[in-house]
Amino acid sequence: MELVPMRDGFILAAALFALGLIGVLVRRNVIFILMSIEVMLNAAGLAFVVAGARWGQPDGQVVFLFILSMAAAEVSVGLALVLELHRQYKSLDTDAISRMKG
Amino acid sequence: MTMVFYLAGGVAILSTALMITRLHAVHALLYLIVSLLAVSVVFYTLGAPFIAALEVVIYAGAIMVLFVFVVMLLNLGEEAARAERALLKPSMWTGPLILAAILMAEFVYLLAASSGGGSGGAMIVPRAVGASLFGPYLIGVELASMLLLGGLVGAYHLGWRPPSSREVR
Repeated sequence: MELVPMRDGFILAAALFALGLIGVLVRRNVIFILMSIEVMLNAAGLAFVVAGARWGQPDGQVVFLFILSMAAAEVSVGLALVLELHRQYKSLDTDAISRMKG
Repeated sequence: MTMVFYLAGGVAILSTALMITRLHAVHALLYLIVSLLAVSVVFYTLGAPFIAALEVVIYAGAIMVLFVFVVMLLNLGEEAARAERALLKPSMWTGPLILAAILMAEFVYLLAASSGGGSGGAMIVPRAVGASLFGPYLIGVELASMLLLGGLVGAYHLGWRPPSSREVR
């Protein structure tokens, strides 16, 4: 059982992060943007776990736990905002809220 | 073990690419769940079984349930039943099913191959993670709990409406 090389783990994390970034930039639906942000956070956590596995330290996994709790808090607030957006504008398009008063 | 890593990584990239190109949020959610499960397998091959379990339980479980809940909540209406029947056509869930079947095969292979021995020699046991989490990183745990409390209060505040406006919708 040989170990996975660190380079390939980072390549996977970078690819997932790039896909999430593309999703954030391309999609106009708020739900898709939130899901892409989840993918990006997950990729960042993957990079931490890969680095932690390379040096055999648990610190990478600890940081992943922090990212996980941050993602949970972010998603709960983000989805509440999505519900509020849908209630006020009857749309999930981000262009619908491009003109805000205040 | 490395073959399992590359296969799971390929499944993760493929399902994520399919996720950001779907038109319907429900189909994208199916692919996103498959992607998170694939990353969980990747975590296991990297010697982090505790993180792999948390990825399934919290990411693919709790957070995705929130997403499904909101997507279904926004779809309410008289045509919702018809739309839901159209959403669950077999051609829509065969893709995630095939990718998830690949992950299931890997899971069975890992269970058969490891035979309780764990993944190689570089496994970081949950005990070490917990000792580090509640040792040098204790202040981070406190900050994370405060962040979660802030998220809870924020979500409650955003979802709250005064009782008078509740009948309007």
